Amino acid sequence: MVEIRFHGRGGQGTVVASKVLADALAKEGNYVQAYPEFGVERRGAPVFAFIRIDDKPIYDKSRIYEPDHVVVVDPTLVEAIDVTEGLKDGGVIIINSDKKPEEFKIYKIFRVATVNATGIAVKHKLGTLVAPIVNTAIVGGVVKILNLTKLESLLAAIKEGVPLKPEANMAAAKEAYEKAEKVL
Amino acid sequence: MKAVKILNGNQTIAEAARQINPDVVAAYPITPSTAIVETIAQFKADGMISSEFVCPESEHSAMSVCIGAAAAGGRVMTATSSQGLALMWEMLYIAAGLRLPVVAAIVNRALSAPINIHGDHSDTMGARDSGWIQIYSENCQEAYDNFIQAFRIGEHLDVRTPVLVGLDGFIISHSAEPVLIEDDREVRSFIGEFKPVFPLLDTSRKITVGPIDFTDYYFEHKRSQIEGIENSPRVIEEVGREYGQKFGRFYGFFEEYRMDDAETAIVVMSSAAGTGKDAIDELRSEGLRIGLLKPRVFRPFPHEKIAEALKKIKAVAVLDRASSPGAFGAPLFTEIRSALYDYGQRPKIVNYVYGLGGRDINVEHFKEVAAKLQKIAETGKVEEMLGYLNLRE
Repeated sequence: MVEIRFHGRGGQGTVVASKVLADALAKEGNYVQAYPEFGVERRGAPVFAFIRIDDKPIYDKSRIYEPDHVVVVDPTLVEAIDVTEGLKDGGVIIINSDKKPEEFKIYKIFRVATVNATGIAVKHKLGTLVAPIVNTAIVGGVVKILNLTKLESLLAAIKEGVPLKPEANMAAAKEAYEKAEKVL
Repeated sequence: MKAVKILNGNQTIAEAARQINPDVVAAYPITPSTAIVETIAQFKADGMISSEFVCPESEHSAMSVCIGAAAAGGRVMTATSSQGLALMWEMLYIAAGLRLPVVAAIVNRALSAPINIHGDHSDTMGARDSGWIQIYSENCQEAYDNFIQAFRIGEHLDVRTPVLVGLDGFIISHSAEPVLIEDDREVRSFIGEFKPVFPLLDTSRKITVGPIDFTDYYFEHKRSQIEGIENSPRVIEEVGREYGQKFGRFYGFFEEYRMDDAETAIVVMSSAAGTGKDAIDELRSEGLRIGLLKPRVFRPFPHEKIAEALKKIKAVAVLDRASSPGAFGAPLFTEIRSALYDYGQRPKIVNYVYGLGGRDINVEHFKEVAAKLQKIAETGKVEEMLGYLNLRE
């Protein structure tokens, strides 16, 4: 079983990111469970989403406290909250950032990878300059860095599951997949 | 064509509703079941269903519309949660008293106060004497299967009783997982044509619905209403078997998990049963002879069958996701303890209230319960019969 936690802010599409990843994983025969953490929803407030992946049916319905990996959809959260809470030793932190993984020296016992999802989303005109929708780009990076699915499965999941601008979203995921900075 | 889809509980119920295509859907949105109503409205707007879709000003009115439509002779459904179900209160009894087979998806959520949007069973447990059949679901697949079967059960001429299908708020309603959605035509053929009984719209046979009924006949009519739900166990069994024969997933009154040679057992409904199964596997690998029993049908309560399944167990813990303030134990516990009363050989039994307001329950909590059961089984002594799980005191 692999458990991943997504950190984002309300309005960035974090929940959709975990759902698209679940769809892509299911296409390759994995069992998945994707669920958001709901509190009082506000645009801009920190939000979480979780995904469990296994090769057999998943019965556990409890929350994930000790994820194998975390994905930081909004880079400002690195300073704002402890994104490593409960993260297993050796876990990968994937950060949406234009920096190199080496620049995140604070995470000594974890591995860091970066993907410039914001830059890619802006380039493909997803969302606005001020509030780009980065979810498909970040998932492109996640799939590559953690070697979760083939790019084709992700692109098919986006095509079926993302109602707005599917072509641009697919292009963003593909570019992120190709450009993701590998694990430090 | 049938296909495995990654859907959350709300989407799953909406998919079933699309396939069933009821004559009338009347519902008022409330968290966490809003997406059911929203998705059905979208299906209607997209021309995918021919149902009359009514969104009135409150849940009370939504159930009133359901009652009117069902009395007129339609196949009818609604969906709600928590305060919404509470607001339907008086109408729930009327649907049952008029023997109208309305079907409701209830996304289980805590009741105010304090305000909380998360999952527990306080809403439907509060409705347990309203005369409705109650069926609970562990996951999205069960929610789908139960919802489809609910129409067949409620509409059966020997039953004619409204049915609610519970699924846990957020834990199931917002959790996406693989669900096998059966072929539309197969689902429709399983449900069959709706056969109205004494419909108001049949002007050739004029009837009165809901007249006054005082000391002369009220009691007899109530007795006849009870007959309907008392007839339902046979129908629930038949429908569960037929569903299994057609779609491969069989359903009964409860599921027994690794109960064969169990010395201790945990009884728990809905989503927590999934987590419980993982805990049982771990405990079994540690050498403990423990099993899990997951009730599916709470009304009618399968008292005899559950007692038979539990009578030889040494110690049983019943986990309730609702409290019954002032009662001698929470709802599921009192049912099971009462069911075991007449048995000479019966287990020691304890009750834990857990998960109110969506408080998490994980494998470690089940292990905590298992350790206590083990001690009771060894000593034969119950130190604390009623307790709480994962609560700060």
